[in-house]
This record gives sequence, structure tokens and C-alpha cells, in this order.
Amino acid sequence: MSASPVYLDAATAAPMHPVARQALLAAFDDGWADPGKLYTQARRARQLLDAAREATALTLGVRADEVSFTPSGTTAAHGAVLGGLSGRHRVGSTLVHSAIEHSAVLHAAERHVATGGTVTGVPVDRLGRLDLTAWSAAVRAPGVALAALITASHEVGTVQPVAEAAAACAEVGVPLYVDAAQSVGRVPVPAGWSVLTASAHKWGGPPGVGVLAVRKGTRWESPWPADEREGGRTPGVVNLPAVVAAAASLRAAAADAAAEATRLAPLVDRIRARVAAEVPDVEVVGDPVLRLPHLVTFSCLYVDGEALLHALDRRGFAVSSGSSCTSSTLRPSHVLEAMGVLSHGNVRVSLHRETTEADVERFLTELPGIVADLRAEAGVVGL
Amino acid sequence: MPDEVIDCRGQRCPLPVIAAARRLPQVPVGTVVRVLADDPAAAVDIPAWCRMRGQEFLGSVNGPEGPAYDVRRQH
Repeated sequence: MSASPVYLDAATAAPMHPVARQALLAAFDDGWADPGKLYTQARRARQLLDAAREATALTLGVRADEVSFTPSGTTAAHGAVLGGLSGRHRVGSTLVHSAIEHSAVLHAAERHVATGGTVTGVPVDRLGRLDLTAWSAAVRAPGVALAALITASHEVGTVQPVAEAAAACAEVGVPLYVDAAQSVGRVPVPAGWSVLTASAHKWGGPPGVGVLAVRKGTRWESPWPADEREGGRTPGVVNLPAVVAAAASLRAAAADAAAEATRLAPLVDRIRARVAAEVPDVEVVGDPVLRLPHLVTFSCLYVDGEALLHALDRRGFAVSSGSSCTSSTLRPSHVLEAMGVLSHGNVRVSLHRETTEADVERFLTELPGIVADLRAEAGVVGL
Repeated sequence: MPDEVIDCRGQRCPLPVIAAARRLPQVPVGTVVRVLADDPAAAVDIPAWCRMRGQEFLGSVNGPEGPAYDVRRQH
């Protein structure tokens, strides 16, 4: 039986927005020159880059010269962390971060530790929400150079108390870096941050474009070898056609964000309710209310996560998983671990502008049987 | 000390959890079963299973036999 494909992994990469496709093709024609040069073709490229930067800054609510385009969201996150630490190395060498940051942030933190720095991880509760008391204590400690907080969990969707965390940082003069990859283009990002990063393929832009925004007055110093492009914050020539497409799709996604959230949040509610009701022994994780509108995660007891992904794929469903067997390191997701929730049989479903109610219904109709079959095969029924 | 030990070393999750779920109903209420499991996911999943099933998770120990998780049958 071949089923029509249902792509439910927008949190990894959203299907490209039609506006992104159009902008990409148009920019291939007249956006290929180096925007740093002094001839006609370069001036046209420079205009496109400037317009992309202004549009992105407008959406983020910042000044254009505070925005740099990076070769990926990961590069942006690395630069945000290492540059934020470098800029304040005279104050101290401690990085405070939540226990549920994206691996890009954690890998930058590992680099910081390897070069003699220290890190303080701040726990979350069972719903994946930051422990604000622990956070406030951590940022107040002497020698904190930077604090990093994801705006909303990329794995379980729980929205973090960014405004409160930012206030705690502001009280003690510690700059806050927010990884807003899952929020930008979908939900507003609260004010109060000093550094922000995002990733275009999460909002329907092309892969290979990250955004690094550094507010004026922030002591941030590029961790990379010197390069004058992109405000000196990230080296190398930008992939201009992709940047143009990213900016165009961000504007389109942000314009539709409220309507999309209104459409998708009830579908996520439906998934949360129906999975809990119709799949036995399942744990739906993440905050049921303070969450992203498009993302839901659950774990099925006694089910192998990899087997579940493959079974869903055979029925046409593309989803992601935080189970250890699906990771290259064979470790369970650090996010699920920090929350203390079941990590095996884990499925993350994330919706996007092309997701229909019928897609969600088909998923909900087929999932109980798929899980039941896997449990029957494994001989774990009735445990 | 545990009343009995289940050796799940070398098994990947969810197998150690399944082994605990199979064994616990077979022992008297109050019995402490130790699960030896070297899959790192067991550290998350055995306590989570206890919470979901209303069994008591007593804690983990890291002894000469590697990581171990003690579970007491509650009902």
C-alpha cells in the first residue's frame, strides 16, 4: 500500500515557502555578484542584500545594522555563544544556559569549557519549563559573561519564560542570548535579549541561511578570523540568492504567523488529546498550554523509537524522534532527559503551512494501529 | 540491597524497561529488583516507567557491574 506522503517534521525543516522559491529563482538571475564590489552587477547584489537585511530587521524589530546572515543556524548559534563570551571575557568566563538548549549551543559551550571556561546548566521542570529561581541565582553568580536560553523547546515545544529570564539578566547586567529558531516566523519573541539567532529553513526559507542579531551596545566580539562582511560578525560571502529567499519567506511567514498559529494550535491540541486517549501507555510531553502552536511530542512505552519512525515512514509519515536509537550518539535526547520523561518510543510531530486537517486526521487514525502492531511484534502487549 | 537482579547489560532501550515490566508482577509486593543496564537511556526510562506505573524508583547505583537501577514493587 502506498500512502500519500505527510510531512510532519517542520521543526527540522519546513517545506519551502512559495515566496522563497520565487525569490530564489529571481535572485539567481541578478543576485550572483559579490555585493562588496564596485560595478553595476555588484551594486544590484548589494541592493538585494540590503533589502533582505532591512526586511529581516523589521520582522525581528531591530535595526538593519544589527542583523548578519550566516551560513546556517548552527553557525549563528556558535557565533552568538562564542562571541558573547569573548566580548565579556574581562568580566568572567562563565556561560549560563538552560539544560534544554539546542545541541549547537551545547557544542559551543563544550568548546568554551575545552578552552578553560566554565558553564552552569539550569534545570527545567517535568513540562520542560526553565527553573527561574535557579536561573536567577545562576546569572547572579560572579563571573558570568553570557546567559543562553532557547525561546521555546525545539523538541517538546514548551515556551520558555524569556521575559522573566531577561529581567533577571538585566538586573545584574548579563547579556542574554536567545536561540529563537523555533519561534521566528511563528510566534513573537519577547524583548530583553541582547543576541538572537534563527534559521531560515525552520520558517520556510532555504537551508543554509542563519540569522545572527546583536543589539547595539552589546559587548560581542567575533570569534572568527577577521572579515569585514556582514558587520564583521561572520566570515565569508553570503549565499545571496538564499538570503534573499530567506528574507522574503520570513516576511511572508511573519505576516501569516498569527493566522497560522490559530489554525495549527487546535490541530496540536487534537493530537495531544487523541494520542493520549487512543494510544495506550503513552506520555504526551511538554507544557499543554505554554507551548509552540505547531509542535507536539509524545513517547510510547515499550516501543523502539527507530522502529516506530520506520513504521510511520512506510505509511508515509515523516516525523522526528528524540529516542537514543535514532541518534548518531545512541544517547537519549538531553531535553527529554532533563525533563525526566520517557525517552524511548519518542515521536515529535511538527506542523507547517501545508499541513491540513486531513493530514492530521490520517496520522491520528493510523498511529494507534502502528503502535499496537509494533508492541505485538515485540511481545509487550499487556505489560 | 536488592532482592534480585536482572541483567540487561548490552541491551538497548526499551529492552531493560520491558524486562523490568515483565519481572515486577512476578515478585511479591515490596520486593526490590535491581536492573543492570548500560544503555544510557535506561537512566531516564526506568525512573519514568516507575512514575507512569506507580512503582517506586529507589535510585541508581554505579557499581563494579556498571549502572544499576533499583525498583520496588508497590502494587
